Amino acid sequence: MIKRRMATVVAAGIAVTALTAGLAGCSSGGSDDGGDGAEGKVYFLNFKPEVAEQWVELAAEYTAETGVQVDVQTAASGTYETTLKSEMAKSDAPTLFQVNGPVGLANWEAYAADISDSSIYSHLKDQSVALTGDDGAVLAVPYVQETYGIIYNKALLEDYFALPDAEITSIDELNNFDALKSVAEGIQANKDELGVDGAFSSAGFDASSDWRFKTHLANIPLYWQFKADGVTGQPATVTNEYLDGYQDIFDLYINNSTTERTLLSGKTMEDSTSEFALGQAVFYQNGTWAYGDVSGNAVADEDLGMMPIYIGAEGEEDSGLATGSENYWVINGDASEADQQATDDFLDWVITSDTGRDTLANTMGFVTPFDTMDDYLPDNPFVLADAEYTAAGKTAVTWNFTVMPSEEWKNNLGQALLQYAQETGSWDDVETAFVDGWATEYELANG
Amino acid sequence: MKKSLRRWGWLFTGPVLAAFMIGFIVPFVLGVYLSFTEFRTVTKAEWVGFDNYIKMWGDDVFLHSLWYTAAFAIVTTILINVLAFIVAYLLVKTFRGKNIFRSVFFMPNLIGGIVLGYIWLLLLNGILGFWARSITYDESYGFWGMVILMCWQQIGYMMVIYIAGLQSVPTELLEAAEVDGANKRRTLFSVTIPLVMPAITVCTFLTITNGFKMFDQNLALTNGAPSRLSELLALNIFNTFYGRPGFEGVGQAKAVVFLIIVAGIALFQNWYARSKETAA
Repeated sequence: MIKRRMATVVAAGIAVTALTAGLAGCSSGGSDDGGDGAEGKVYFLNFKPEVAEQWVELAAEYTAETGVQVDVQTAASGTYETTLKSEMAKSDAPTLFQVNGPVGLANWEAYAADISDSSIYSHLKDQSVALTGDDGAVLAVPYVQETYGIIYNKALLEDYFALPDAEITSIDELNNFDALKSVAEGIQANKDELGVDGAFSSAGFDASSDWRFKTHLANIPLYWQFKADGVTGQPATVTNEYLDGYQDIFDLYINNSTTERTLLSGKTMEDSTSEFALGQAVFYQNGTWAYGDVSGNAVADEDLGMMPIYIGAEGEEDSGLATGSENYWVINGDASEADQQATDDFLDWVITSDTGRDTLANTMGFVTPFDTMDDYLPDNPFVLADAEYTAAGKTAVTWNFTVMPSEEWKNNLGQALLQYAQETGSWDDVETAFVDGWATEYELANG
Repeated sequence: MKKSLRRWGWLFTGPVLAAFMIGFIVPFVLGVYLSFTEFRTVTKAEWVGFDNYIKMWGDDVFLHSLWYTAAFAIVTTILINVLAFIVAYLLVKTFRGKNIFRSVFFMPNLIGGIVLGYIWLLLLNGILGFWARSITYDESYGFWGMVILMCWQQIGYMMVIYIAGLQSVPTELLEAAEVDGANKRRTLFSVTIPLVMPAITVCTFLTITNGFKMFDQNLALTNGAPSRLSELLALNIFNTFYGRPGFEGVGQAKAVVFLIIVAGIALFQNWYARSKETAA
């Protein structure tokens, strides 16, 4: 009898333990914040994998200094939206997250707090760069200015200029599409003599690489069209007026490349970066953020240059590099008051303290739009190239890809470009994806 | 015994039932509910009725992936079962190193789908490189790439089930067939196959549903490229849900339709195959 009771008790004990363990596992997210909930805590979901570790270190320093808990998570490349979507549904949602511009903000507007009283907004040099909601509330503040263009290897380019049949003999003459075409084709024709595999590194169309063409390169014809038509904001439709230029530059990329066009679909960002970093290609389309990836290899820092992307538009000699921001901070309005305040304080510390400013500028290599950062300018050669173009009176090309109607639009364009490149599709399909796709996607998002 | 079961049974079924509720029933009901709503995160949803189901049929990529997946499931089901049966048929015979062969064939199952996908991506791209192509060059490359991967991974698993089935065929029946003068071929088709029908039922069920459900291998091998033409249903649903803001509900509706299709086919297959089973 006693034996049987013992067995029952033991069994009940096991079952209860199993049940409570299971339930505790489900609720641990909510019950954690009891201790330090009073002063609030910060959870930053970071978009830029290239500075993931630096953010974690910076957060740890802040915690050491103030005792406020700061967690930083970084989504893997290309999975930010996915991660954000699942993180935001949790009880411990990010208190700070990122959007990539007005279109990105539209998706998350319901979660964005009004930050017009925040430190980061008050320190903006130009407050018009912040994104606002319909009622004028400030919802998102950009924290990094970036620049992209065609990165080139000065040493290899000089080798080409020294060739007897070079039509262009100085980087100063290389300021329009025809000059670029002549140089690229010249390099391709003399690639053995110059010791390279091609003029351009591979225009890869793997998901890790194709954003350079469906987003950044597509921005150039958009920029010229918007400039010609005086478009500001997000238009409902676009024209194909500058798409011939888009085709020209894209043809240049794929015809004078290290890579056969039929192999483009499998080429990754790493392939393209390493081809340039190892001196196998002279040109490489990318931006200031690529500095960390290409430096320290075959190309010396003083040989790294960046020039605007030319497509044969009128007046492009006077244009500079494409500069803008795709990184906006948004504070989660659904987070508790204490957490929102803690997040605001953390960001204030990031842009005003010596540690924060030093990390932003020198470790992460960011150019920021805040007035507190004037003494902190990075020594990234691509950032310096941008400063030189600005100093020479060139007009920076704006980032209009933040108004592209949807990810779907970009993806369809990217796939049409790939089909065109590997000759399984035509340029007409690219134009359809660009022009008709814009109208359709705009309608879907705003209709 | 019966009394104490009734009294204490809940202690043992309770945890499992709770886990089943949390892990299956609740997400399932919530999922069906969400397919009638518009939402960004699953905690904030707005009722929109059948809108998502109507939108879904206007999606050409979805319709393409529907028949692409069906074709994939049919091809892999046939290939895997035929090949797995042949391998099993060879490996029930007694010869040296039989167990080593069985282990080797089973081994691909121990590797996860994503890893397999990346390994096969390297292998296939390496081979296609001779013709200056890559696996994502064309949808048919991706299709056959995935078929090869799937076969490689699953033949060993199905082989194990077939071996068990073949070993349970009573030897006296085979001997009787031999005495009656039936040749090997006749014995195989008239005696062995009808008797291993239960194994065939199980294996075809597994391969059909695996074919429809395949996700990670697809993601790692082609990720839907080019032009989302090699996107199987599961990946299409994932991309709709996570890749298109504003289409989360549509993704959810696709998932419900997907569930109905797979459940329908699996039930039909099970009923049909069972009707062919014979007792020894």
